[in-house]
Amino acid sequence: MTLLPLLLFVLPVLGMITVSLISDRKTAAIAALLISVVSFADICWKMAGFDPSGGFQYVFDQWWVEQLGISFAIGIDGLGMIMLLLTNLLVPLIIFSSFDRQIKSHKAYYGLIFFMQAALNGVFTSMDGFLFYVFWELALIPIWFICLLWGGSDRVRITLKFFIYTLSGSLVMLVAIIWLYLQTPAPHDFSLQSFYDLSLTASQQSWVFWAFFLAFAIKIPVFPLHTWQPDTYTDAPSQGTMLLSGIMLKMGLYGILRWMIPVVPQAVQQWGMLAVFLAAIGIVYASAMAIAQTDFKRMAAYASMAHVGLIAAGLFTLNLQALQGGVFQMVSHGITAVGLFFIADILQDKLKSNEMNDMGGLANSSRSFSLLFMVILLGSVALPLTGSFVGEFLLLGGIFAFNSWLSLIAGLSVILGAVYMLRAYNKIALGENTVAEAAFGKLTANEKILLIVISVLIIGTGIYPMPLLKIAEPSIVNILHHAGVNPI
Amino acid sequence: MKNLIWLIPILPLAGFIINGIGNKALSRGVSGWLASLTVLGSFILSALAFNSLADSNAVISVDGYQWFSAGNFNLEFGFLIDHLSIVMLLVITGVGFLIHVYSIGYMSHEPDYARYFAYLNLFVFFMLLLVMGSSYVVMFVGWEGVGLCSYLLIGFWFKNQEYNAAARKAFIMNRIGDLGFLLGMFLILVNFGSLQYDTVFEAAKNMPSGAPVLTAIALLLFVGATGKSAQIPLYTWLPDAMAGPTPVSALIHAATMVTAGIYMIIRSNVLYVMAPFASQIVAVIGAVTAIFAALIAIKQNDIKKVLAYSTVSQLGYMFVALGVGAFSTALFHVVTHAFFKALLFLCAGSVIHGMGGEQDIRKMGGLKKSLPVTHFTFLIGTLAISGVPPFAGFFSKDEILAQTWIHNPLLFTVLAVTSVLTAVYMFRLYFVTFYGDFRGTHHQQENLHESPSSMTIPLMVLAVLATVGGFIGLPELFHGPHLLSEFLAPVTAYADAYISGSASHAFEMNMIIISIVVLALIIAFTRSYYVKRNNIPETDSQTEGFSLLLSNKFYVDEIYRAVVTRPMDVLSRFGYNWIEKGFIDRIVNSMGLLTNGTSGMLRLTQSGNIGFYLFAMVLGIVVLIALKLVI
Repeated sequence: MTLLPLLLFVLPVLGMITVSLISDRKTAAIAALLISVVSFADICWKMAGFDPSGGFQYVFDQWWVEQLGISFAIGIDGLGMIMLLLTNLLVPLIIFSSFDRQIKSHKAYYGLIFFMQAALNGVFTSMDGFLFYVFWELALIPIWFICLLWGGSDRVRITLKFFIYTLSGSLVMLVAIIWLYLQTPAPHDFSLQSFYDLSLTASQQSWVFWAFFLAFAIKIPVFPLHTWQPDTYTDAPSQGTMLLSGIMLKMGLYGILRWMIPVVPQAVQQWGMLAVFLAAIGIVYASAMAIAQTDFKRMAAYASMAHVGLIAAGLFTLNLQALQGGVFQMVSHGITAVGLFFIADILQDKLKSNEMNDMGGLANSSRSFSLLFMVILLGSVALPLTGSFVGEFLLLGGIFAFNSWLSLIAGLSVILGAVYMLRAYNKIALGENTVAEAAFGKLTANEKILLIVISVLIIGTGIYPMPLLKIAEPSIVNILHHAGVNPI
Repeated sequence: MKNLIWLIPILPLAGFIINGIGNKALSRGVSGWLASLTVLGSFILSALAFNSLADSNAVISVDGYQWFSAGNFNLEFGFLIDHLSIVMLLVITGVGFLIHVYSIGYMSHEPDYARYFAYLNLFVFFMLLLVMGSSYVVMFVGWEGVGLCSYLLIGFWFKNQEYNAAARKAFIMNRIGDLGFLLGMFLILVNFGSLQYDTVFEAAKNMPSGAPVLTAIALLLFVGATGKSAQIPLYTWLPDAMAGPTPVSALIHAATMVTAGIYMIIRSNVLYVMAPFASQIVAVIGAVTAIFAALIAIKQNDIKKVLAYSTVSQLGYMFVALGVGAFSTALFHVVTHAFFKALLFLCAGSVIHGMGGEQDIRKMGGLKKSLPVTHFTFLIGTLAISGVPPFAGFFSKDEILAQTWIHNPLLFTVLAVTSVLTAVYMFRLYFVTFYGDFRGTHHQQENLHESPSSMTIPLMVLAVLATVGGFIGLPELFHGPHLLSEFLAPVTAYADAYISGSASHAFEMNMIIISIVVLALIIAFTRSYYVKRNNIPETDSQTEGFSLLLSNKFYVDEIYRAVVTRPMDVLSRFGYNWIEKGFIDRIVNSMGLLTNGTSGMLRLTQSGNIGFYLFAMVLGIVVLIALKLVI
């Protein structure tokens, strides 16, 4: 057993230590960026030696509390690899997005981002139920501090709500995990494989299903368990929002794939229709809410909810196309979400507000802003040749095979997405507004670079999505086999 | 040849990238000519492909690459150049090139020159993908891509919020159609396991005619077509799209993009002949749209709006042809319409250019003398669209009428009436604009000028095409070869075997004679009404009765606003204020309050009063004992 897998945690910890030693904000930011790029390189390097159909690789498995059957077991399969790629690709972008911002107490800020990265890497690689839970909750701590200490005016009330809401969901999941542990053959253990090997009755599966569902649905969030989300996204500092929407909410979607479908397959089949229906309603609902917003960041929050609602709907269909689309869409949604919230950040920085009614004509002051904003917007509305098109095509196609009417409902997002996004673009970039135009000025070089990188990623994943799909496919097929579904 | 096929779309894409990045660095001349030459390059390559196709009769298919796949969904990005797509390619690149050249003159005063040409090139790129794709999904890439370019170009002058609203409306209405297209593709994928044309059509041929799944596929695809090709109920974006620069209206909103729906159905002819019910719907929607839009056109006073409604109406004709199974006839009209409608729009652009931006025909008049080339070419366009022999529109329109007569006399009547209306609104437009006295301002009169040669030369070329273009499809009556339908035979062979029949020679002869007489009467009437008696269309406040209904376009926009747009906004805001904030979030918050409240009350018991604690303890013991006794 090599220690290489532990780089997933060593590098972020190294990052935390490094930034805590540097008191100059800019130098610290550059150091943070470099270290996060190294962790991205580490993932790329792991990917180079990765066999998609080889099951879990880069496994590190040590007893943690042997008496209780808890082990520190991590490993990467195709699904995990995609999630790690997403996390470690977005973290450098998120750090870079803060370059031109006056971040107070930068040591703590970047330290917490690294903390977050380590916890997320843990969530996506855990092969032990208890470890999964520990990382799941660990991830909540840094983001809570980030929102609480760097957030907007109403941050105390909003972060409290966010914290209690998600925590109560996870506690129910903890109960379910412990219960599953007690069902494993003596001596009990928490390993993923033991959970997969359980044979539970239909009613047992049902309650475990709902316990997991509660935790995951709150995190994603799925309608009607979402009301913490718009407030938190709006009030959190930009990097916090990017972490939340780009990566953290995918913990819930990942959880469905890894810990729910293979463990309680019958319940997923039994309750799948209800879950898909709920998610589909949520898509239309969130889109309608997005239409009603005049604050760009809040609108983007609802848009994000609509988009991940589609992923959630797809996962419960137990259809290979929808699952593959869902995994792919997690990546492209992550990229576009970071893009949209970076746009919100730029607007906030230059105009001191995200109120769209006060904006207009920004295309007159900055052509590059309006152009790159357009590319990100097209990614969000899933125009062909952007990554989201591939994801949404597979998702809607899979849902269609599951139930064509639900696909029609979910597909309304194709229209509604264009409604709110183009309206926002219109209010922000088009027309004339001398005050806003003058206040906005030009993009800085760093802003331009980041927007270009995001645009290239959006189009690149749209033109050549096969590598990602190929990495994920065998593990998704495997998950469906565990669920007793024959993937076609 | 096969190795060069990919260059056809890549050339305009390269033009887009160079003009897009080089924006400010490139001089005006370079921008415009670079953009035009890339399209000319594509035209030359298309012509070469046409040659090799006509020689060997073998379709050119380029496999491309595996775009994305999951399980049995396998989507490839490949090209197919067959007899249908080559005709579309020649029209797109040929007419496209002329319009690019025209734009060099038309947009010469525009500060944002390079951006305009970048968008125009991007449009050509996506339009080429649309017709070159070897599967529905590649068609969809082009389909949505041209929608994007249409959005960008309608709102090209983005400072004007009215234009932006028109652009947005176009995009959203198209997306409604696109959802239909998307669902249609899913239904195809689920049933046939592929989106490649050859696989789908082979599989469909083995199904029973009228199978519900084929009908559903055909109808869903048609929903997409109504969006892109501006048919009822999704047509209202097209007249508004006239907010864009006039060459854009000519290229996108007349000659090419709006015919994408027609192309899609010709491409899917196998599916449609096997779904008779869906074909009926296509024909009926087409006929209703044709007459509805023609009626509206009669009372419009904006030169571009008249032409826009005319386009909607002519597209309706093509859908009728498709609905009755006359696929090559529909393509014939696509081609001739591309010639004469592009010509008419470019003439309108030349008029607007000469008039310093004026579009209201009530403020024109007598332009014949100052704009001789524009006048003459516009006259040719008018004769062609009205169906005067031997101009291009005559042949294609008569063919549609004859084919409709065989299959459905009722629809024939609707189209025949529409033909009359077409001639009326076109000659009204022609006479009011070019004859009589000049009614504009003194300033406009002084500056009135014929357009530069970069604009008039494309007019002349298109005028020639609008004159002789009809000869590619001579009716049987004249014993000439119908070049187009013979050329297209490999594509429509299956459908042709299914649906056969042609009108008798006597009927065709009668129809030609009648139409010549009727057209002569209409010309004489409109001339005497608008020129001799010098009537000019009434002002808006004078309009009343049925005319008011027509000039307000049957109030369809207002109805849509009242039934769709307003309710959507109101419901969203209601949902946000009352359901989201007032209900769901309130429940969540009251959970918190409940916890707080209960703990607040329980806290009161921790009072520190020893007596109360003793009392509680005794009470507890009593209760426990009592329970013990009971159980």
